[in-house]
Amino acid sequence: MLKFAAQRLVYAVATVVVISFVVFFIIQLPPGDYLTTLTAQMQQQGQTVDQAYLDALRARYGIGQSFFVQYTKWATGLFHGDWGLSFQYMQPVSTLIASRLPMTLLLGIATLLMSWVLALPGGVYSAVRQRSWGDYTISGLSFVALAVPGFLGALVLAYFGFRVGMNVGGLFSSAYANAPWSPGKVIDLLKHLWMPMVLIGFAGTASIIRIVRANLLDELHKPYVTTARAKGMSESGLILKYPVRIALNPFFSTVGWHLPAIFDGEVIVAQVLALGTVGPLMLGALQAQDMYLAGGILLIVSILTVIGTFISDLLLAAVDPRVRFGRA
Amino acid sequence: MTLQLPTLGEELTSRQPDQPADPRVQDTHASQSRLIWRRFRRHRLAVIGGIVLVLMYLVALFAGFVAPFGSNTFQADQALRPPQLPKFSLAHGFYVHPSVGKTNIQTMDREFVEDRNTYVELRFFVRGDKYKLFGVIPADRHLFGPKDPHQRWYLLGADRAGSDLYSRIIYGSQISLSIGLLGVGVSLVLGLLIGGVSGYFGGWADTVIQRVIELIISIPTLPLWLGLAASVPPQWGPTPTYFMITIILSLIGWTGLARVIRGRLLQARGEDFVLAARLDGLGSGRIIGRHLLPSFASHIIATVSLAVPSMILAETALSFLGLGLRAPAVSWGVLLQDAQSLQTLDSAPWLLLPGIAVVLAVVAFNFVGDGLRDSADPYGRRD
Amino acid sequence: MRFFNARARARFDHAAEVGLREATVADDTLRERDVVLSVRDLKTIFRTDDAEVKAVDGVSFDVRRGATLCIVGESGSGKSATARSILQVVDNPGLVESGQILYRRGPDDRVIDIAALDPRGAALRTIRGGDIGLVFQEPMSSLSPVHTIGDQIVEVLRLHDPQTPAEMRARAIDELGRVGIPEAEERFGAYTFQLSGGMRQRAMIAMALVTRPALLIADEPTTALDVTTQAQILQLLADLKSTLGMTMIFITHDLGVVAEIADDVIVMRHGTVVEAGPVDGIFHDPQHPYTRQLLATLPQRSTLGGWAAASKNTPERPSEPTTAPILEIEHLDVTFSGSSGRIFGGNRRAVHAVKDLSLAIPAGSTMGLVGESGSGKTTLGRCVLRAYQPDSGAIRYHTDGGTVDLARLTDQQLAPYRREIRMIFQDPYGSLNPRLTVRQVIGDPLRAAGVERAEIDARVAQMLDLVGLRPDMASRYPHAFSGGERQRIGIARALITRPRLVVADEAVSALDVSVRGQILELLADLQSELGLTYLFISHDLSVVERICDRVAVMFHGQIVEEAKASDIFTAPTHEYTKALLSAIPLPDPRLRGTRELLTYRPTDDMVSV
Repeated sequence: MLKFAAQRLVYAVATVVVISFVVFFIIQLPPGDYLTTLTAQMQQQGQTVDQAYLDALRARYGIGQSFFVQYTKWATGLFHGDWGLSFQYMQPVSTLIASRLPMTLLLGIATLLMSWVLALPGGVYSAVRQRSWGDYTISGLSFVALAVPGFLGALVLAYFGFRVGMNVGGLFSSAYANAPWSPGKVIDLLKHLWMPMVLIGFAGTASIIRIVRANLLDELHKPYVTTARAKGMSESGLILKYPVRIALNPFFSTVGWHLPAIFDGEVIVAQVLALGTVGPLMLGALQAQDMYLAGGILLIVSILTVIGTFISDLLLAAVDPRVRFGRA
Repeated sequence: MTLQLPTLGEELTSRQPDQPADPRVQDTHASQSRLIWRRFRRHRLAVIGGIVLVLMYLVALFAGFVAPFGSNTFQADQALRPPQLPKFSLAHGFYVHPSVGKTNIQTMDREFVEDRNTYVELRFFVRGDKYKLFGVIPADRHLFGPKDPHQRWYLLGADRAGSDLYSRIIYGSQISLSIGLLGVGVSLVLGLLIGGVSGYFGGWADTVIQRVIELIISIPTLPLWLGLAASVPPQWGPTPTYFMITIILSLIGWTGLARVIRGRLLQARGEDFVLAARLDGLGSGRIIGRHLLPSFASHIIATVSLAVPSMILAETALSFLGLGLRAPAVSWGVLLQDAQSLQTLDSAPWLLLPGIAVVLAVVAFNFVGDGLRDSADPYGRRD
Repeated sequence: MRFFNARARARFDHAAEVGLREATVADDTLRERDVVLSVRDLKTIFRTDDAEVKAVDGVSFDVRRGATLCIVGESGSGKSATARSILQVVDNPGLVESGQILYRRGPDDRVIDIAALDPRGAALRTIRGGDIGLVFQEPMSSLSPVHTIGDQIVEVLRLHDPQTPAEMRARAIDELGRVGIPEAEERFGAYTFQLSGGMRQRAMIAMALVTRPALLIADEPTTALDVTTQAQILQLLADLKSTLGMTMIFITHDLGVVAEIADDVIVMRHGTVVEAGPVDGIFHDPQHPYTRQLLATLPQRSTLGGWAAASKNTPERPSEPTTAPILEIEHLDVTFSGSSGRIFGGNRRAVHAVKDLSLAIPAGSTMGLVGESGSGKTTLGRCVLRAYQPDSGAIRYHTDGGTVDLARLTDQQLAPYRREIRMIFQDPYGSLNPRLTVRQVIGDPLRAAGVERAEIDARVAQMLDLVGLRPDMASRYPHAFSGGERQRIGIARALITRPRLVVADEAVSALDVSVRGQILELLADLQSELGLTYLFISHDLSVVERICDRVAVMFHGQIVEEAKASDIFTAPTHEYTKALLSAIPLPDPRLRGTRELLTYRPTDDMVSV
């Protein structure tokens, strides 16, 4: 088991390195010089352009030099906490991300948990009571959920909310936005949180339901289920202990890849509902070609995903002895 | 050397056929494709989905004919006007009343008041805006529209520039539906090549490719798209942008198909009939084409039809965020850009209607894909 | 499912008691006190979208206490469905339609009609596993892959006879020891995939017996095992029967096994019982033509103690002058790395499948290659066809034009030889591409050789006739044919290129017993008509004995003995061959117990069990 974990860890680190490479390549793609844009921006804001300042930046980030030099400077900078400068906000990227990351994580994890809590029982029920009304309802809803794009749902819900006079948009009402934490603030957060959670998680929940349902349907007809029944177990007992347990294995192995999907959904929904999370920040950065900000966010999100995948690999090994012993 | 077998009761010779075959099989002459089609027909939802899709693609093909107006005909004073559902009377046939927009001084809202005295009569096969059928044949007949080519009719309302939303949705289907197919087509080619190499040859090539795929899946797709799309210069015209977006979408979409193809290939490779084919002296190409591919072609088709919706959704999302196609190109995502502002949406909720088109296409594809997947294995034990 | 507290348990017990009481029938419904189970007019149907199949169509039989009843039949006879119907664990979409299943645990207990119990009720659940245990055919797929053996055994105890965890664990370990699993305490915590096939089956038996049920139903428990392992399991069951006084229903298609262990026999066909009676009567005085037909497929033996000379029916093969070999294998060595390419048991370690093997196959003869799973016989067969590349050694193929070493040739150079050396596969379902017509399947080798379309069609038609099918079947698809017919198609495909040497890799192992005889006879006819040489690979000694001139016995990649067929079977020299022969069930109940089961340990001497 330890060997397995160590191997996965090495993979994870290697993946992060490669991803950083890819990310940097992407943010380099848009034409235009970072410094030129920065200068233009500063001028627009009415700041004085200090040539020495520009030269210092040029040296620090290696702008104008080869791709590898720039990448190396950026990569080494990351370790020191220097994630670059955002010219949109004239602030260090690390500060910008750090201010928004906690909420993003909260939203992401809450959505993930919610979707599991709904989807796992739903999928199991749907498979066990195949072709019942419950199954048809769940499957029907899943279809709809998978067909409606997140932002469309966001728009529709926002519209109705608007109509009804609800305070949609944002994670906090204006009253609590900058206030210190209090029970009232927490409740306010929850009141605002449910809508993005539902919107982001809806499609994910549906896809988990379908995967669990399909896996379980495959397992339900296997011989070991008959053996359990012949031993005298109750139907519900044996279904939970055996086929469900085994059907969940492929789910565990792919759970790490739900995280990128959550983030995808978060970007758009957060944009529509104007939540103060990392997604809209990145969107703006990409549209404005604020490269270090965009790159920093892309990297952070990818790292989180890799961590998630790593955890899910460990989970799978813990749960399935065949994986542990290499006999999967 | 022969075996002695007692002949009691039935005649047992080596040349007599034995027990009858699987009683479930009705037609012994039916090929695999025929069997699959038969099973598909039994899935009512899939058939309905199929019909809907065929209709939608026909509409896209004949967009100019079906839409009453061109896609970019502006009428500023009709901006954001509500939908007009046709009414019927014996005197005028199908008709609607035009409306004029006035700004309400008190609320500062725009209001549209019907002019009951003027009739805009609607007929079938009317003459109207000129267009080119299939892009080459000039024509000016439209399926259903105002008898008087100078009059306007807004079945689903107007957008911010005063264009007929209904016509724009129809024209939008051309891009949205075709990007889906094209993008998946490119993904399929990439997936077949890469997944094929991975599954057929195995070994270190397989391991490397698998790791690369895992890497790509680890990166959230949307930021990746956005990042790549942001690098498309805004100066590019709609056609190059269209192709660029397609390529970007399929560059990331191929991983799913590659994995499925690889999995199926690995499974098929172990089958005895593949070994038999090799021993028969068939070359690699023949084996792949005649034995391997057909054995999972139906699964691939099912996967492909389930991949198209995600392409459509992806393009819609990208264009909605302003990073995909841009005006004057018309796609459903571009149309939905108008709906971004909640204020606008509040006064003109019909701007969300392109979304219904998206949902309809996606649901139809999902039904068809599910039906195909279930039918692909004629002896499936799923029931 | 655990009972979370004593109250839930009590409620369950009460519900069970109520159910049982409701299903109790009058005592004199089952007059014979020594009958544990009496099945009366059982009917089970399978309802699919297309058809309704009567799997069990009015079956009746009795099971005497302490006796072993064997249910014999071929595939589709309904024997398995009958067994499962007793406990109502028939696979979906089957359901028990009508009939009575009368059960009486002890001579003075009440009589319960199991068929009348609610399939989901508590009463039936107490009977399942508690009164009646079930052992299945495939232990790998019948046991949970992610739970330990110990956990699964303890679970049965928890359901029927709960005690403290320590006590239940001790009982489970004790039971594992009783069924002959060494180091039972360690094996308690092992997972299913960590045990060998024989061990898994023993574990399943332990799981079924730990609650001391009144009746054990074994559904083809040894069919998936090697013949030596099968012999051990049969021995185990015989021992348990005498020590525990166990009553057993044993389902099988193998009459040899029936002869070894049965007291009573019922023969099933197409869902009905065609004959029933004590085992001696069935074997020595069969009444029904079908029973006689089944018996006819057994090798005719009339000897005591070992395989004596061939019986009166099989003509003595004239001793042949040694013909020149058509194929000579010299010092062949094949090792699999295991990670890529063919998967060999899922291990990562290197598998040395064939070790320094040498063999000469005389032209025009049938060379049998016998071994159990893992012996390397399949690998050897495929090497001859160059489906695998041997690591070292030579495969000398002799033709009129000269000798060539097949191991040295490239794929391109092999092409003409691939037409002369062909293969018949084991699985009639997996070896024919379901998407091609019969004509295409058989004709493809000719197409690859560049033959004209018209000639291909003519030769295909001729071939079909030769193998006993009608030429008009050429445009059909494989799914339209039965197993035996498909195997004929496979034979046609192998012979279409007019080969000289044919490797038959377990060619009849997947077929029903009655069909087997036909195919073997066909192969024999074709050999004399077309002048073929066969390399006949099989794990089934009785099949090998029928049609082979010489036999080579393989064990762990090496040939341990090779001689004339008659010599191998009457006077084996190697210990392994002796052990193998001793494991074959004697097809005569009167010979039961007359022979020792020998065990072969590669390093030790012969050990008798």
